[in-house]
Amino acid sequence: MIDFEFEPQVIERLKLYHTIAEQMMRPISREYDEREHEKPWQFFETMWSAAGAAAEFQPGGREKKEGAGVGARARNLYTIATTEELTWGDAGLFLSIPNAGLGGAAIAAAGTPEQKQRFLGPFRGGKPKWGAMAITEPGCGSDSAAITTTAVRDGDEWVINGTKIFCTSGQMAAEKSEGFIVVWATLDKSAGRAGIKSFVVPHGTPGMTVVRVENKLGIRASDTAMIVFDNCRVPFDHILGSPEINRERGFKDVMATFDATRPIVAAMAIGVGRAALDFVRDFLNQQKIAIRYGAGLYRLTAAERDFIEMEVQLKAARLLTWRAAWMLDAGRQNSLEASMAKAKAGLAVTQITQKAIELLGPLGYSRRMLLEKWMRDAKINDIFEGTQQINLLIVARRILGYSSRELS
Amino acid sequence: MISFEPTEEQQMIRDTAAAFARNELRPAARAVDEGETIPDGLIAAASKLGLVRAWLPEEHGGDGLMRSALTGAMLMEELAYGDLALAAHLTAPRLFAFPIIEMGTSAQRSRYLKPFASGNFVAGSSALVEPRYDFDLQTIATTARQERDGWILDGEKCIVPLAGESESILIYARRGEEDGVSGFIVPREAAGVLISEPEKNMGLKGLKTYEVKLAGCRIAADAQLGGDAGINFARIASQMRVAAVAMAAGLARAAFEYARDYAKERRAFGAPIATRQAIAFMLAEMAIEVDAMRLLAWEAAWHLDRGEDAAKESYLAKHYASASALKVTDNAVQVLGGHGYIREHPVEMWLRNARGLAIMEGLAIV
Repeated sequence: MIDFEFEPQVIERLKLYHTIAEQMMRPISREYDEREHEKPWQFFETMWSAAGAAAEFQPGGREKKEGAGVGARARNLYTIATTEELTWGDAGLFLSIPNAGLGGAAIAAAGTPEQKQRFLGPFRGGKPKWGAMAITEPGCGSDSAAITTTAVRDGDEWVINGTKIFCTSGQMAAEKSEGFIVVWATLDKSAGRAGIKSFVVPHGTPGMTVVRVENKLGIRASDTAMIVFDNCRVPFDHILGSPEINRERGFKDVMATFDATRPIVAAMAIGVGRAALDFVRDFLNQQKIAIRYGAGLYRLTAAERDFIEMEVQLKAARLLTWRAAWMLDAGRQNSLEASMAKAKAGLAVTQITQKAIELLGPLGYSRRMLLEKWMRDAKINDIFEGTQQINLLIVARRILGYSSRELS
Repeated sequence: MISFEPTEEQQMIRDTAAAFARNELRPAARAVDEGETIPDGLIAAASKLGLVRAWLPEEHGGDGLMRSALTGAMLMEELAYGDLALAAHLTAPRLFAFPIIEMGTSAQRSRYLKPFASGNFVAGSSALVEPRYDFDLQTIATTARQERDGWILDGEKCIVPLAGESESILIYARRGEEDGVSGFIVPREAAGVLISEPEKNMGLKGLKTYEVKLAGCRIAADAQLGGDAGINFARIASQMRVAAVAMAAGLARAAFEYARDYAKERRAFGAPIATRQAIAFMLAEMAIEVDAMRLLAWEAAWHLDRGEDAAKESYLAKHYASASALKVTDNAVQVLGGHGYIREHPVEMWLRNARGLAIMEGLAIV
């Protein structure tokens, strides 16, 4: 039966998340945007111990997470709902929260039970840790099948060589904690997509070096690392999925991760968009300007119309995102819907945050408020985890029944 | 718990409506748009569907299905996927019957609902929109003045579906400056009711609409829908908007699918045009918009089904769908290029229909 309301216990949990966003993230939001590359360790410690207590602040630990007792049947929905709350607080800080991250998601999706225990187990206690995923290279981003990083078998080990960029939380995972990096590498370039596998490289592994941390437009609280793998050796059983090259399956295994992560990124976008929308609404209310829902074209001011448009665009993006997550929870193939949600949310929120600044004029542009930061933060959601265009391409292929060869 | 899964009953109604749309509505759409009358066989087939009767209470001779805005939204999407104008024509009687079922007095229900139990198509209608550029549902100017032994209605309405064919019309009017909007059941033959020739509009030609003038129109004291208690007009307005949004989704889906199939067939520079990103991306965006419209309709409908008036939700959804349906149908014309502009293909008709849907209110109800 169609339903648009979370269970009461989830709604209660979301209130808690909202409190965290409002009282722990917003107060340090500006500070860690301006002090890029410095880390809010106190915030990390608090989130880490809270995660230990609640065992649910770990996006990468999804496998074991049964937050608020919703269980596996609503796991992805629960994750996107909490993500929206926390990114309402601050998207950069959200991304920097110690957890297994996208690397954890990959292990949860493709790892064996033993691998999950071994790599994700440490995230349930001890000191704050980070997991990260390294896909993009200097020479390829969206075209992830073109990666040149290699993994060569040498006895009981894999030897990894190559350079990765844009690795979110890469520095925290590789050098600043006892975390890990999941790195994509090819076993055989001539096998194309089918040759691409992912490997877990634990922190401090010799041959893995963070050579640079990027300066960015937004999400500055989160580190984005360039990592060089120079004859970096990991044990044989650090490969995720089968070591066999299956030309039929291509790289469906590694791509499957995106079905879960794209709705999360869409939810991140929506959290930022909602922050901007709430801010503008409050501001208009202070100016005694109420949005006259129901009024026709001739009675609405241009500002009211803009606001209404922003509000419903955000809502449409949220509904598409909920649907994509719901399908995953229901065990359905959701690649099409995940890309629809991601493409829609990334663009909608980019536009919403830009319009929000316009509505407040010079006040919106000022760094005394957070609007300008949210516009900078929002933009990343239109880019990472597949750009808007890559997601449109995936949608197009699905609706047209075309392969990546037929529509490129 | 969040779910996007229709019930079995909803899925059944959806499938039935989809088959009807595909087999009956779509094949008839172009001829009707070109001015031919709706085939009797189509009207008869529609009557079998029981678009009113299914939800008519058993005591009034109907099947007594529980009314649901969600189910209504699914039904309207499928019918509009076949053809928007015909869908609006065939469901127009709901505009009269549904508010009476939900908000009428028992005397009104007994008196007006019976004809809709028959197996034949029985026209019915409601009059909402007024012929002003700045009309909106909050500024209805038609008035109802209470006299000792009845009401006197004054005002002008337009785009009233099937006004010339209906025995009685449900007219929305304001009792005074302070009051909200009320409904009045007005016999077509009442003195002071002036019904125009059918309107000539840009699109929606399969739907006969009329202007209705009310000049000192005197009706009985018991003609106010719901009696002294009146009606929840906000709820009715939302039910109409949800229907419009769902129809926009159906119309847009028709245009999207047509353009998609055409783009896979049509070759240029040695390959189907759908293999070019310029076309493929347009189609991808169209697909996303169709789904967004449907989900917005469902969400507003869900609020209605919980007994709320869903005023804000349905308004936002209508705002979205008005722009989106136009964009999708316009894109469909664009994908077909010159062929899209020719009346051999349906996309130009859908663009005209989308323009109408976007500016109109009160064309259908869930």
